[in-house]
Amino acid sequence: MTTATLAPESVGLTREEYEEIRRRLGRDPSPLELRMFGVMWSEHCGYKHSKLTLQLLPTDSPRLLQGPGENAGVLDIGGGWAVAFKMESHNHPSAVDPFNGAATGVGGIIRDILAMGARPIALVDSLRFGPLHETRSRRQAAGVIAGIAAYGNCVGIPTVAGELVTDPGYRGTPLVNVACVGLVRHRELARSRAAGPGNPVMLVGARTGRDGIGGAAFASEELDTASEREDRASVQIGDPFAGKLLIEATVDALRTGGVVAVQDLGAAGLTCASSEMAARGGVGMRLELELVPLREEEMRPDEILLSESQERMLLVVMPEAAERVASIYCRWGLRADVVGEVTGGPLLTVLRAGAPIVSLPPYALAEAPVYRPAAREPETLHARWAMPEVSQTDPAQALLALLAAPAVAVKRVAFEQYDHMVQVRTVVAPGAGDAAVLRLPELSPKGLALVCDGDGRLTSLDPYRGARRAVAEAAANLACVGATPLGLTDCLNFGSPENPEVFWTFRQAVTGIADACRAMKIPVVGGNVSFYNESPDGPVLPTPVITMVGVLEDVSSTCGAGFRRADDMIILIGKTDPDLAASFYVSAVHGMHAGRPADVDFDAHQRVLAVVRDAVARGWLSSAHDCSEGGAAIAVAECAALGGLGAEVILPAAPRADIALFGEAPSRFVLSLPEHRLRDFQALAAARSVPLTILGRIGGDRLRLAASTDHRWAIDLPLAEIAAAYDALSSIL
Amino acid sequence: MMRFGVVIFPASNCDRDCVHVLRTVLGQEVEEVWHEEQSLDGLDAVVLPGGFAYGDYLRAGAVAARAPVMAAVRAFAQVGGPVLGICNGFQILLEAGMLPGAMLRNAVLRFRCTMVHVRVESTQTPFTRTLREGQVLQMPIAHGEGNYFAPGSLLSTIEEAGQIVLRYCDAGGRVNHGANPNGSVRNVAGVRNPAGNVVGLMPHPERASEDVLGSGDGRLLFESVIMWLETRKRSLVGA
Amino acid sequence: MPIYRIIIELKPGVLDAQGQAVHQGLRALGYETISGVRVGKCIEITVPDQTARDEIDAMCERFLANPLIEEWWIERDQDRDGTGRSRVPVLPRSQGS
Repeated sequence: MTTATLAPESVGLTREEYEEIRRRLGRDPSPLELRMFGVMWSEHCGYKHSKLTLQLLPTDSPRLLQGPGENAGVLDIGGGWAVAFKMESHNHPSAVDPFNGAATGVGGIIRDILAMGARPIALVDSLRFGPLHETRSRRQAAGVIAGIAAYGNCVGIPTVAGELVTDPGYRGTPLVNVACVGLVRHRELARSRAAGPGNPVMLVGARTGRDGIGGAAFASEELDTASEREDRASVQIGDPFAGKLLIEATVDALRTGGVVAVQDLGAAGLTCASSEMAARGGVGMRLELELVPLREEEMRPDEILLSESQERMLLVVMPEAAERVASIYCRWGLRADVVGEVTGGPLLTVLRAGAPIVSLPPYALAEAPVYRPAAREPETLHARWAMPEVSQTDPAQALLALLAAPAVAVKRVAFEQYDHMVQVRTVVAPGAGDAAVLRLPELSPKGLALVCDGDGRLTSLDPYRGARRAVAEAAANLACVGATPLGLTDCLNFGSPENPEVFWTFRQAVTGIADACRAMKIPVVGGNVSFYNESPDGPVLPTPVITMVGVLEDVSSTCGAGFRRADDMIILIGKTDPDLAASFYVSAVHGMHAGRPADVDFDAHQRVLAVVRDAVARGWLSSAHDCSEGGAAIAVAECAALGGLGAEVILPAAPRADIALFGEAPSRFVLSLPEHRLRDFQALAAARSVPLTILGRIGGDRLRLAASTDHRWAIDLPLAEIAAAYDALSSIL
Repeated sequence: MMRFGVVIFPASNCDRDCVHVLRTVLGQEVEEVWHEEQSLDGLDAVVLPGGFAYGDYLRAGAVAARAPVMAAVRAFAQVGGPVLGICNGFQILLEAGMLPGAMLRNAVLRFRCTMVHVRVESTQTPFTRTLREGQVLQMPIAHGEGNYFAPGSLLSTIEEAGQIVLRYCDAGGRVNHGANPNGSVRNVAGVRNPAGNVVGLMPHPERASEDVLGSGDGRLLFESVIMWLETRKRSLVGA
Repeated sequence: MPIYRIIIELKPGVLDAQGQAVHQGLRALGYETISGVRVGKCIEITVPDQTARDEIDAMCERFLANPLIEEWWIERDQDRDGTGRSRVPVLPRSQGS
């Protein structure tokens, strides 16, 4: 360990980065310091390649209490309350060990919300795997779902919404993105800026062991199959029991008013938390290694400083509060040890046996260099926009195949494993509506709506439009339950940013999100970038995932997606020019990602959303569902399967039956309502110039769909067959 | 107004939900009882809430059943105080030997969170006194180890003594295999002690106590015990 | 200080759903001749030298196992000297024996 020299490459740094460290320190770093730089300047911690691009994202909102740069974003929801939320990836650990990787991902994002002083009230997960008929992907999916359940259920935070998508483009690079949402009173909002020289620094929660040493650096490396076994040692194991105690104790500790700053220990452990807290506060910090409670004997300083042992947090407390804070953690059966103090001088100092072994300015560690990577439009992009000739297949068979595809099928098998009802807030359960709805007894009758959306297929075909579509769809999903968007957090999953085509794609996607957010006036309050999702097959399907939070004024008027009453009218609103380009139908039935996705007309989109939202709030609608993968036919079939009611529907004519049935276009919704509401609703739509088509009526135990007015049913299937296809995942996972 | 105690073990996670329903929905007084508490003086009824007490790392409820507060809960029950164990609370009562039987992992080997129907089998408990036998209630379950088991002879004993309080059934009240969410022997969803004052059930009545959450049926159990307590109080005063 | 290893399994006759699932999994991998799988758990305890085996039995009966559904075996491990561990099970124990 004390070898005088250590090659920068051995800790993942370049020669240039090593020179930058020397410049910042005015000397050579010690081998220990170099290891700390290696982890802090990894892509995972340092955002070297993404930082400049992320500045494109708009963060302004009259409700903004905390934007990016803290553990999570925070937005005001009135009545002195605020909502804190953030999404994060745990892709690499989950690829290596699906169960533990996903479980610790949940634990980590929960602590980010907790670090804002918020009590976590919901989890949202967005999962992507290779095709589930392949054993490896199926095992990954089953392990990840079980891991999320194991952690989330034990800590008593309901998992209320999510996605499960499969595509060969995720084979070997599964994506596990988890968002957490918390509630906090304005006056109890906590932050991570260390302050007050002389204030004790406390390490609370679990002891420190040799978990996940160098995990952050590992997260920034490309995966190959052999690493799945060899990297096992750097996967952390979560302890949800300790995680639950940490939540309760930390909520109690923050209420004392004696906590100055708080941060989760995640990637790069104590190194990251101490340097970031000190850098944000513009102060120094002194840590004494002997004071850190260890789980194992004879741990080296670098192991202690870089350990990624879970269920730990770092607190800066007022001297007079230290004893009280410690006794709170003790009451919950956890440790709280003073491991150092805030100092006035701008140095992060680590002492061992009284002698400094690390001494450097916190910002030097915490602020990694920023790069402007080369960007180049992928050579094959335009070729992929050409639509090949697609033969018409049997519409009924296509409908059943699309319904059974994981992206569309009901995720009962996942949601039943998650406790989605604990905390007694869940009004619209996962799968029952386009977004989950939680009531807020604190602000009754208000509620929150949560949804996540992303589309790697669209993004790979046109990253700018694909990203805009994801933002538009998340807002559309919120409108279906009657919610107005409050803000979003994103998780950007891409391959290596050092590949100019990947970086171009990334930048286009971020630009798309930014433009969509500006058009809809939705702030991006935080997020996460996961690069280097690469397998021997190449980079992952580029996948920006959006988690959007919305507000409902009255949860009692919310709306589900399933048909509710026989004889209700079925309506399609929004433009009616669906297209097969980039459609899920062409992808899932014909096996091609092809065509250029249609862009969103945000002016029209906003008007349609307002109509849907208004109609839900007035209680006119029986059901509301947006048309996404699989077009109008699939939207109708889902409503029928969810509600257990058949229907007869005639879709607007199109050049071909499959275009009318399965063609896609943004900003379209399938709604149902009682006939006596029709006139009012037509007036509401007309007032905002939103096109409306009456499709048919609910009733019977068959689903009949026609693609024109020639009175021949293109699809005529018993409801039981529709329901069985829609529940296909239950027999696969 | 009655005074309920809701016991909080480390990693109980439905404690706040039970407090909410008893205090806010039903307007009762609620005391949060810490797991190290040695006395339950002044309480009219005790609820052991759901969760993963002590992480459920050995067996569900095993560590919690030996917590200091359980001696007090046992003493409270011995003098006839009503005790309700919900989900993890039920597992704790089984492990404490206050109710007969044991829990196995769900036959599907997975955690299951879903709405179920249960049929009232016994009204000889404070929590079901105002219900009628055969009444069907809708409540959610959320557990990984709710597969109720009792060896044959024990099962006959408790069946004959009418100690089964709830069984999983379909919406029409039929008790059958298809309505059994976890493999429980004879669809058992809840049991009572011979005296009837200690009841354990896997479904969560506190999650089904407000219509906005999809069912108000769970509230009936709480209302029943409140009425039972009021009657007892009146008869004590009358005597 | 001696180390005892306690192996806990579900009693015969109690459905071992995990064991069945593992059995199926092994069969799927081609190990078709396997005729039975039981899944249990193993608890290691380090105790003072003079600890009687009865005392460890009592721990199992009172807490570590649930005698209604589980049975257990106790193995004494050699004191840790890095040479490996005993694999020989001592007398099977179950309730009433």
